[in-house]
Amino acid sequence: MSKTITIDGKKIPFSEGQTIMEAATEAGVYIPHLCHNPDYEPHGSCKLCTVSVNGRNCTACTFPAMDGQEVISESRELEHDRQRITQMLFVEGNHFCPGCEKTGNCQLQAVAYHLNMLDNHFPHFFADREVDASHPDILIDHNRCIFCTLCVRASREKDGKNVFAISGRGINKHLIVNSASGKLGDSDIDVNDCAAHICPTGAILIKRQGYRIPIGQRIYDHKEINEVALEQEREGHGG
Amino acid sequence: MKQFLDQVLESAERQSTRLMQILRAVQDEYHYIPEQAIDYLAEQLNIARTQIISVAEFYSFFHLQPQGHYEILISDSITDLMLGKANIMAYLSKALRVEVGAVREDGIVSLNNTSCTGMCDQGPAGLVNGYAITKLDRPKIDRMAELIDNQVPLADWPAEFFQVDDNIRKPGLLLQQEIDQGAGLRQAFARGLQETLAEIDKSGLRGRGGAGFNTAMKWRFCAEEQSDRHYVVCNADEGEPGTFKDRVLLNSYADQVFEGMTLCAAIIGAEQGYLYLRGEYRHLEQQLRDLLQQRREAGLLGDNILGQGLNFDIEICMGAGAYICGEESALIESLEGKRGIPRNRPPYPVSHGYLNKPTVVNNVETFMAAAAISANGGDWFKGAGTEKSAGSKILSISGDCALPGIYEYPFGTTIAQILHDCGAVDVLGVQIGGPSGTFISKHELERKLAFEDLATGGSFIILNNSRNLFAMVKNFTHFFAHESCGFCTPCRVGTSLLKNQLDKVLDGHGSAGDVVALEELCQLVKNYSHCGLGQTAANPILTTLQRYPDLYQNQLKEISYEPGFDLDAALETARRMAHRDDAAAHLTQVED
Ligand SMILES: Cc1cc2nc3c(=O)[nH]c(=O)nc-3n(C[C@H](O)[C@H](O)[C@H](O)COP(=O)(O)O)c2cc1C
Ligand code: SF4
Ligand code: SF4
Ligand code: FES
Repeated sequence: MSKTITIDGKKIPFSEGQTIMEAATEAGVYIPHLCHNPDYEPHGSCKLCTVSVNGRNCTACTFPAMDGQEVISESRELEHDRQRITQMLFVEGNHFCPGCEKTGNCQLQAVAYHLNMLDNHFPHFFADREVDASHPDILIDHNRCIFCTLCVRASREKDGKNVFAISGRGINKHLIVNSASGKLGDSDIDVNDCAAHICPTGAILIKRQGYRIPIGQRIYDHKEINEVALEQEREGHGG
Repeated sequence: MKQFLDQVLESAERQSTRLMQILRAVQDEYHYIPEQAIDYLAEQLNIARTQIISVAEFYSFFHLQPQGHYEILISDSITDLMLGKANIMAYLSKALRVEVGAVREDGIVSLNNTSCTGMCDQGPAGLVNGYAITKLDRPKIDRMAELIDNQVPLADWPAEFFQVDDNIRKPGLLLQQEIDQGAGLRQAFARGLQETLAEIDKSGLRGRGGAGFNTAMKWRFCAEEQSDRHYVVCNADEGEPGTFKDRVLLNSYADQVFEGMTLCAAIIGAEQGYLYLRGEYRHLEQQLRDLLQQRREAGLLGDNILGQGLNFDIEICMGAGAYICGEESALIESLEGKRGIPRNRPPYPVSHGYLNKPTVVNNVETFMAAAAISANGGDWFKGAGTEKSAGSKILSISGDCALPGIYEYPFGTTIAQILHDCGAVDVLGVQIGGPSGTFISKHELERKLAFEDLATGGSFIILNNSRNLFAMVKNFTHFFAHESCGFCTPCRVGTSLLKNQLDKVLDGHGSAGDVVALEELCQLVKNYSHCGLGQTAANPILTTLQRYPDLYQNQLKEISYEPGFDLDAALETARRMAHRDDAAAHLTQVED
């Protein structure tokens, strides 16, 4: 093990072909992320994992680790700006955490806790988004979609189905469903599909499961997302 | 419909990479992409219907809802606005009896805005069913309304409506001496391909699309990639508002551009090239296809070019209204029949480009210059310009000047000289490099055209002292919000927040904190966006805020905080219900 990078002054070994995120996770260093999941091809769109690499901003989830890299992740500036990017996600959609079935289990909310986000900072867009409850077992509340594309990737790569896609451009970007009516109920998604369970927010929910685990006893009610993420993802990275 | 679609599919060889071409044909025929067409195409191309929908919803010129048989789009570039676009639009709307953004009830005509059409030297301009229409004025509009009401086919409209002028005002190194057809290639074969690459290296040629990457180095990197296929792509997307020089080069110097592409193919070992032409330049499409055919017949394209064993051909791929497709990796995605989303990098196109094969993407002017360098030698080019910026630059000049059009200067020329030549007087400042570039004030006119000072893809928009700087900043900021591809959070949400925040300040609802917030937001969008679009989207605000902080301050209210709503008025219902109107039932908005 000869090649290393440093993250915030800490020397970290990596193997050829690893991204900065992979090397960091394996070494037990958490870099905030939302669109990244170690089981899927990196996407690089949420920009939460932005780190400074030799003085230039790069997304840790897509950028290859290279010998001798100086990576800064926990600077005041980066942490502040990550909070702002998270706030952007909150004002873009309609997120009412207390009324959401996913509260306490939601990665978006947990990242916001982690970044000490206390308000939304930006004016809201109050986007007009719909709920699709047409499927017997699965529900999509578009108000909470952050376009991480994990459902798109999961359906395509793991389920072999291609149920979801991203459409539109700019602020009109939206998630669409691959069925003649555009409704989830007419698609071939099944409640056991990976795509039905991967959503980091409360956008895709399984019906008749809400509150099975009471609020207060959920994942992020007790643990910070950095702990949880490292626990779950170190294995994914082969650590 | 099936018969028509089969025909379209046949001409696209049933390849999903040609989805842009297929959808353009469908849009032309039905004036939208009908539901049944989506189903049939998805089935025949063996792709998900969502891919077709998402492509249709990405590009401005595709529609899922019916448009008029005459689809009219008017350019919303700042230069068109300066030439009276707002009046023209209002008049058009009245003459055609259709609201902006709507389809007339009889379905005959629809009217809307579009981003810059690249006719800034002959606006106000627009597009009718994709064909450029220039110098719009009231008599022309009256005629148009008549033609439309009588449903006269576009082919029978007066030709002068569609006349697009080159307006070459000052030719220099490249424009003055066009090379003879084949001269660049013949020289290259006589000299040797490696030696020709060395000449290009020696010439110091850097990319003319804006970023200025060393051209010889790009070609060498690509040539060194081991692969069964290499590709050459000419970036003719030219979406930067105020830029139109590539349009002129493709109208009058296309032979030399194709020659440059062929030269590149010989050097990197490519057999296939693409010219990605922006949809707005549809009027050039047929003449370019004819020229390609003529080059094939002359032995300069196709199999065994000039008897040297080189096989290479060029295909034209038309865009459909998306500024982001000028970004090279987004352009490649679009070429593959997808939405124009910039890829993650690394890897770069030179190793993983079109279909993940090594690909050179260069600007139109870059290929044109490369062909001339092969014919005339590296020293010829190096002789002009400055140390770090060799050769000349072709500029698109528009806005407040006597002679808008195309100018070519050696690098190192001062902005003052250029303004003098084009007849600009009483100058307030110049927007250099389009909205993504820099606004320089009248106090900086001694600055130089060069990569080491003012780098530019070629757009100069001149404002005189009668202009409102904010009209421009607003136009540009709205442009970026409209053209953001939406892939990454800071640009997707950030450009829209910028637009709203700027409007708040410009509309007089801002207070001191709002300018601070505006600036903070600018930095965020700039520092965290995925690609050049987001990274430069805040430039119009940042460069003007830096030079004219007072102008922004004057827009502000005196108080330190301006609430977004009226607190006291909001209590009105409560007061009515409580039958109260005493002093304690009122709230003051802000502490005095
Ligand atoms: C948003 C955006 C738009 C761009 N538009 C163009 C364009 O219209 N034409 C162009 O040649 N380059 C454009 N570029 C630059 C290209 O990505 C690329 O650098 C260029 O085509 C390389 O060619 P060159 O080396 O000859 O300059 C754009 C870049 C960005 C980020
Ligand atoms: S629905 Fe969930 S998983 Fe899918 S893109 Fe939206 S936030 Fe991501
Ligand atoms: S910066 Fe803007 S245009 Fe570029 S990838 Fe991000 S959203 Fe798309
Ligand atoms: S986690 Fe890296 S960009 Fe989203």
